Amino acid sequence: MIRTPRPSVPQSLAAVAAGSLVFVSACSSGAGTAPDVKTEPGKGGGTAVVAMTSDPDTLMPWKATQFQAVNVLGNIYGTLTDYDKDLGTVPGLAEKWEPAADGKSLTLTLRKGVKFTDGSDFDATDAKFSLDAIRDEKTAAVARSALANVTDVAVVDPATVKLTLSAPDAALPSGLASVNMAMLPAEAATPATMTALETTPNGTGAFTFESRTPSQSVKLKRNDAYWGDKALLDGVEFRVMPDENAIVTALKSGNVHLAGINDPLVAQTAEGGDLTVTKTKQLSYHALQLKATSTTNPALKDVNVRLAISCAIDRQQVLDTAAYGEGEVTGPITAPEFTSDAGARPCPKRDVAKSKDLLSKAGKSALTIKTIVSQGEYATSVNEAQNLKSQLAESGITLDLEVLDIAAFVKRWVAGDFEAAVALNGGRPDPDTMYGRYFTSAGNLQKVAGYSSPELDALFAQGKATSDEGKRKDIYAQVSKHLEDNAAWVWLFTGNTYTVASTKVAGFTPMANSSLQSLRTTTIQ
Amino acid sequence: MSRDSLQLARRIGWRVLAVAATLFGVALLVFIMLRAIPGDQITASLGTEAAALTPAQQAALRAYYGIDQPLVTQFFTWLHELLSGNLGFSVRSRTSVASLTASALPVTLELALLSIVIALLIGIPVGMLAAAAPNTWRDGVGQVIALLGLSIPSFLLASFLLTYAASGLGFNPNGQPYAAPWDSLSLNLQQMALPALTLGFGIAAPIARTTRTAVLAVRDEDFVRTARAKGVGERLLRRRHVLRNALLPVTTMTGLQLGYLLGGAVVVEQIFSLPGIGRQVLLGIQQKDYAVVQSTVLVIALAFVLVNVITDLAYRVVDPRVRAS
Repeated sequence: MIRTPRPSVPQSLAAVAAGSLVFVSACSSGAGTAPDVKTEPGKGGGTAVVAMTSDPDTLMPWKATQFQAVNVLGNIYGTLTDYDKDLGTVPGLAEKWEPAADGKSLTLTLRKGVKFTDGSDFDATDAKFSLDAIRDEKTAAVARSALANVTDVAVVDPATVKLTLSAPDAALPSGLASVNMAMLPAEAATPATMTALETTPNGTGAFTFESRTPSQSVKLKRNDAYWGDKALLDGVEFRVMPDENAIVTALKSGNVHLAGINDPLVAQTAEGGDLTVTKTKQLSYHALQLKATSTTNPALKDVNVRLAISCAIDRQQVLDTAAYGEGEVTGPITAPEFTSDAGARPCPKRDVAKSKDLLSKAGKSALTIKTIVSQGEYATSVNEAQNLKSQLAESGITLDLEVLDIAAFVKRWVAGDFEAAVALNGGRPDPDTMYGRYFTSAGNLQKVAGYSSPELDALFAQGKATSDEGKRKDIYAQVSKHLEDNAAWVWLFTGNTYTVASTKVAGFTPMANSSLQSLRTTTIQ
Repeated sequence: MSRDSLQLARRIGWRVLAVAATLFGVALLVFIMLRAIPGDQITASLGTEAAALTPAQQAALRAYYGIDQPLVTQFFTWLHELLSGNLGFSVRSRTSVASLTASALPVTLELALLSIVIALLIGIPVGMLAAAAPNTWRDGVGQVIALLGLSIPSFLLASFLLTYAASGLGFNPNGQPYAAPWDSLSLNLQQMALPALTLGFGIAAPIARTTRTAVLAVRDEDFVRTARAKGVGERLLRRRHVLRNALLPVTTMTGLQLGYLLGGAVVVEQIFSLPGIGRQVLLGIQQKDYAVVQSTVLVIALAFVLVNVITDLAYRVVDPRVRAS
């Protein structure tokens, strides 16, 4: 999956992060500005104006993958579980969940007294309807694969649902927290109600939908029937402003209170004055994807060739020259609770001599690899590719860059029709949902990843089978090591997003569970 | 029916036929081009995530977006709907394209008209001033202004105005919800001022150049010499004879520019967050919202054709020679 940090790009692709709706992870301190947006809540009331670069492309949570749509819908809809600020899984509409001793079922106890916007009660029937509909291929819900292990959903009583599983699935509770798993009322089983939901959302979130003016704004108001702590704001207005520079001037003039900015250079112009800028590390990661199963370039099948590529690259240099140093060198797993050690790889530092050795070990003196690069999808793509090309040239490896329009890039990428790809892929809070689909032999993105092994299959199966946090961390550290040792891909770096807020804003935490979820604790002073 | 009116009717008939043929051509071209771009609504919204869908899920989504029909069927269904006055349905915003266009078109129309007014206010005087003393420093200044207008890209000028004029001078309606003139005329004009200035400055250049060339050409024509010989004062001569005739090519140029503006204000609308027709097309293309792009482009094409017809008529008013022929 690819997320797009630029406003000028096809927003369609922006954040194409089906489940990785959470694009932010740990919060690091701002570039010389306040370390965090103020968190002490002030007086309630008022409307927060949040700028976003594109109109939500849908209001149907099961189909929403666009970043803006996900942000808006996360405030309107409720999910069975939620993320805390470290992306750990915490109770949502389910107060608690209990796996069976053999791991073959999960029993969820639902919160009582929860109401949809239209006043109807939320109960086990609605949960069953929602989960069954998401599992049904005909619904075309994008989060369906996260429920792949679920074979049956049963209503035990109005406050209890039981999921029967084909195999233990420790990643399931985390997966349920995605907006794509939003709970919809069971009445939506009728096509008319479902159609109505596309223009008038009916959720259980902290805010309710008020109105939408296409390509201008979406307005929400506080949900006074919300089950948890009610939002402090009277409402939120998401205002569409396609240009990030324009957003910054609007923030400066006080017409907008809060915005996420992707371009580091634009974020710099917002620093100082009445604005605070908070830098947030993203879950999405930049990588040079190598396709070991490539039929057009069988050399990539050889682990020595892939390692030669990995050893020839100074990741910090890519970050510095292509992305102004705005980010961090990364290993495969970017989720805060499972982060890979970025230095734990066969060549922690660039080693051209070793790279050449490895290449000759593979019986090659020179090598040409056709590499697809997307144009305009995110600011740094072509620069990254060119830097990689010049670094690899010193080891005798030629990257033949094929710069494609984003739509063409996506088409080739999805079809797995490439030897190598410079990609920005979305991350997820759980390593299983993040990489299981790529690197297991049955994963639905296997043909895109081009690498799998029996060891990885076994590790991913173990990771799913245990819910012990410590054991899982250990397992995914092994996954990470296996991926690096075999140079399945070359992981490069993670970028940042910047939250720019007026000093009037208090109580907003940029890295909340689902992007803008902490709007419920935000006040405007 | 007299011979004259018969001829007129025939001419109008041909005109209508030509317009219809043009629009059909545009419709066909847009339809084909839109589908020639790789990807569809599914890849547009899911991106690389589309790879994770099962074939059954993809088929379900195709049916949801109505793109499971053969292309020929899609084209003629759309055409049939168009002829019965239905512009189609935007699958993204879940509203009719007609209602989207009804709210976007006035924004662009206002922007285009204001830009043209600004362009004429700058372009004609600069052109005349330059023509009044060709090859002197005044001419040079005029040429430089025209060159600047032509060479500064609108996105650059827009960003500059936005950053310095807007926030520097504290004059910043940017970021406030768009206000229609009938809601708040003063806020509306504030919001329109900088975008119209950006576009107007760019168009002023060709208008200034055309004015200069036209004035210089007309000045040497026989009728001007005759008038001068008859003792008509220089001022009156310039206003009544020279300018009036020089305006002919300027009218054509203005009409053309207005036509472009109706569809081409994309960059400026994007930067200044104006919900106009240019942004509607752009968003439609990004989201592969076929109905929006197809129908909006047709509306723009229609506007372009209409502007051309009006320019033609204006020509007749300004130049009696055209009327006579």
